[in-house]
Amino acid sequence: MAVVAAERSRAASRLPAAIKDAAGTALLALGLAVPILALRIDQNINNEPILRPRWDYVAIAVAVAFLGRLAWLLIRPSRAGAAAAKPQGASGGLAALSAWLSRAFATTGVILLVLYPLLALSLAGWAGAIKWIDNFGIQILIYVMLGWGLNIVVGLAGLLDLGYVAFYAVGAYSTALLVHNFGFGFWLCLPLAGIFAALWGILLGFPVLRLRGDYLAIVTLAFGEIIRLVLINWVPLTNGYAGISGIARPSFFGLPFNASDQGFAAFFGLEFTPLHRTIFLFYVILALALVTNWATLRLRRLPIGRAWEALREDEIACRSLGINTTNTKLTAFAIGAAFGGFAGSFFAARQGFISPESFTFMESAIIVAIVVLGGMGSQIGVAIAAIVMIGGTELLRELDWLKQIFGADFDPTQYRMLVFGLAMVLLMIWRPRGLIATRQPSIFLRERRAVRADLVKEGHG
Amino acid sequence: MSADPVLAVEHLTMRFGGLVAIDDVSFSAPRGQITAIIGPNGAGKTTVFNCITGFYKPSSGRLLLSLGSSPAAEELHTLTESGGRSRATAAGSIFLLERMPDYEIAARAKVARTFQNIRLFPGMTVLENLIVAQHNPLMQASGFTVLGLLGADSYRAAEREAVERAKYWLEKTELADRADDPAGDLPYGAQRRLEIARAMCTEPQLLCLDEPAAGLNPRETAGLTELLLSIRRSHALSILLIEHDMSLVMEISDHVVVLDYGQKIADGSPEAVRNDPRVIAAYLGVEDQEVEAVEAEIAR
Repeated sequence: MAVVAAERSRAASRLPAAIKDAAGTALLALGLAVPILALRIDQNINNEPILRPRWDYVAIAVAVAFLGRLAWLLIRPSRAGAAAAKPQGASGGLAALSAWLSRAFATTGVILLVLYPLLALSLAGWAGAIKWIDNFGIQILIYVMLGWGLNIVVGLAGLLDLGYVAFYAVGAYSTALLVHNFGFGFWLCLPLAGIFAALWGILLGFPVLRLRGDYLAIVTLAFGEIIRLVLINWVPLTNGYAGISGIARPSFFGLPFNASDQGFAAFFGLEFTPLHRTIFLFYVILALALVTNWATLRLRRLPIGRAWEALREDEIACRSLGINTTNTKLTAFAIGAAFGGFAGSFFAARQGFISPESFTFMESAIIVAIVVLGGMGSQIGVAIAAIVMIGGTELLRELDWLKQIFGADFDPTQYRMLVFGLAMVLLMIWRPRGLIATRQPSIFLRERRAVRADLVKEGHG
Repeated sequence: MSADPVLAVEHLTMRFGGLVAIDDVSFSAPRGQITAIIGPNGAGKTTVFNCITGFYKPSSGRLLLSLGSSPAAEELHTLTESGGRSRATAAGSIFLLERMPDYEIAARAKVARTFQNIRLFPGMTVLENLIVAQHNPLMQASGFTVLGLLGADSYRAAEREAVERAKYWLEKTELADRADDPAGDLPYGAQRRLEIARAMCTEPQLLCLDEPAAGLNPRETAGLTELLLSIRRSHALSILLIEHDMSLVMEISDHVVVLDYGQKIADGSPEAVRNDPRVIAAYLGVEDQEVEAVEAEIAR
C-alpha cells in the first residue's frame, strides 16, 4: 500500500509538467488537424462545391491527443519501474520451452495451411470459399513468400533493400512476356522468371556494393522506381499502363482448368467449377513458400548463410577471415531476388493480367514492413506479420457492420493506412526489434540458446 | 635481416594526402618466431598492420610473404616484373601482399589478424564465430552451396571436422563452457581470447595481433603470454605483434622493431632494443633527469 501511495504522490507531483507536455502535444495535433480535418469540400445536387466546416472533428482530435498524452505520461514511469524490476534474460529452461513452442507452432501452422482449403470449403460452402481461399489464402501466402525472400537480403545479410518489388515485377513481366511472345507454359516460365530476377539482383548488386545504410536504401528504392518507369514507358514491349493480359494459367500436369473435355474436371469426372483452379493455385503458392522457407533455413546452416550473417555483424572482420564480401553480397541479392521472381511469376499466372500498377513503391514498403515487424531474420515472425498485415487489410473489407455506427458512407478500407501506421508505431514502442527478435544459432555444441535481440546487429548495408 | 623471413617489408611508405604515416620502413619477420612492433602512440604501427593485411593499399614498397621457405632471387624478380600477385616456387609459394585484396591475403597467403578494438560477430555464438572463420574450406566442401543444399555427406563430414577444430581452440583459449553463448555476452578478456581463437581457425601461417593485451588485467595478460607461447610451440607459424605492454613484449618476442613518427628507429633482439638510446628517447621524449622531475611532480 505504501508503494501505491508513494506512486500516487509522485504522479501528483508530475502532474503540472505532464499537463504542460500534453498541451504541447495538443497544439501539435491542432496544427495537423486544421489543414486535414477542419474543412471538407462536398458537392451539392447541382455539382457545386460547398465548404463544410468540421470544427467538432478538430476538437475531438485535439482532445484525444491531449488526454492520450497526459495518460501516457502519468502511467509510463510506473511501468518503466516495473520493467526494470523484472529479472533480465531468459533462463535455459525457458529458452528450450520457447524453442519447442516455436517448432510446434510451425508444424501446426503447416498442417493448418494444408487443410485450409478444405476448412474454407466446409465452413463457407462452395460459393463462399473462393473469397477465403483466394483473397486470404493466396494473397497472404504471396506476401509470406515475398517477406521470406526479402528476409534473406534484409534480415540475414543486413542489406536494406527498399526496391524489392522490382524483382517481383521482373518475375511477373518475364512470365507474361515469355507466354505472350513465345507461348511458353507457366511451369517453364517459373524457373526462368527466378533466373531472370536473380540476374537483375546481381545487376543491382554491383553498383551498390560500396554503399551502406541510408545510401543503399535510397539507391535500391530508385532501382525499384526505374524498373516500374521502364515498364510504363517501354510501350512496344510491355504495353505500358494497359498491361499484358491473357497470361497462361498453370496446368495440372498438362491438364488445363477449363470446362473442356480435356480439362481437369472432365479428366477426374468432376463437375466443372473455377474453384478447382483456385485451390490448385493455393497449393502451388503454398509449395513455393515452403520451398523458400526450406531453402532459407538450409542456407542459414551452410557457409554462405553464415557468411551473410557475419556480414551483417561486421564486414571488416569478415574480410580479415578471407570471406569475399563482394560475392557474399551478390549471392544474397541474387537469391533474395530469385524468390521474388518466383513469387512474381506466380502472381502473373494467378491474375492472368499484369500492369505496372501492381508494382508501386507501396508494395516494397509493405514487404519491408512485414520483415521489420516480424523481426529481421525470423521466419515465423515474418509469416505472422504477413498474415496480420495482409489478412488485416482484407478483414477491413468485412467490417460492414461498422456502417451502422458511423453511417452508410463509412468505408473501413479507407482507414487501412491509418490502422497500419498506428499498429506499426505501437509495435515499435512495444517491440522495437519486431515480433520475434531473438536469433536462433545455426549450430550448437551442447544446447541451442537463442541470442538476445540487443546483441544482434541490424547491418549497415 | 634474418636468413629466412616469412614476411619481408621493403621500403613501405603510406601517405594519407599530405600526411606520411609510414616513411620508407623496411623490416622482416623471421619464420617461426614472434616479432613485436612497438612505438609510441601514432607511430604508424597499426598502419603497417593494415598494409600487410590489405586493408590499406601502400603508397609504395613491397610486402613479400613466402610460404614454405624463402624464394630464390630470380623467382622473386620474375613475379615482381610479371605484375602478378603470387607464384608457386620450388620451395613453396610467394605472395606480393601489396597487390592483393584483403580477403585474398587471408584466404591464400594465410595471414590472419586481430583488431585493436575487438571485432567479433557479437550476435553469433562463440562456436559460430569459429565456424565462420573456416568459411573457405567449408565453402569448397559444400560444393559452393549446391552440394550442401542437397545435404551431401561430404559437407556434413567437413562441418564435423570444422566443429572439432573449433572445439580444439575453445579448449586452448579456455572458452569451452561458453561455446553456445553469444560472443557479445563474453567479458572483455574472453572476447580478446576468442578473437585469437577465431584467427587461428583460419589456419594461418602468419598471425598478426594488434594490441592483444590492451585492457587485460595482469592475470589475463599472463594467460595470454602462455597462450601465445604455446601457439608458437605447437603450431608452425610466425607471429607479428603490436603491443604496449613492455613486459609482455620483452618476455615473448624474439625480435623487436621500433617505429616512431612513421620511421623505423631500431630493430633487433629485445635486449638490444631495450638499451637503445634512441628508443628510450622516443618513448620518453626527454632526458632522464627531466623524467625524474616530472615523476616527482606527479607523485606530489
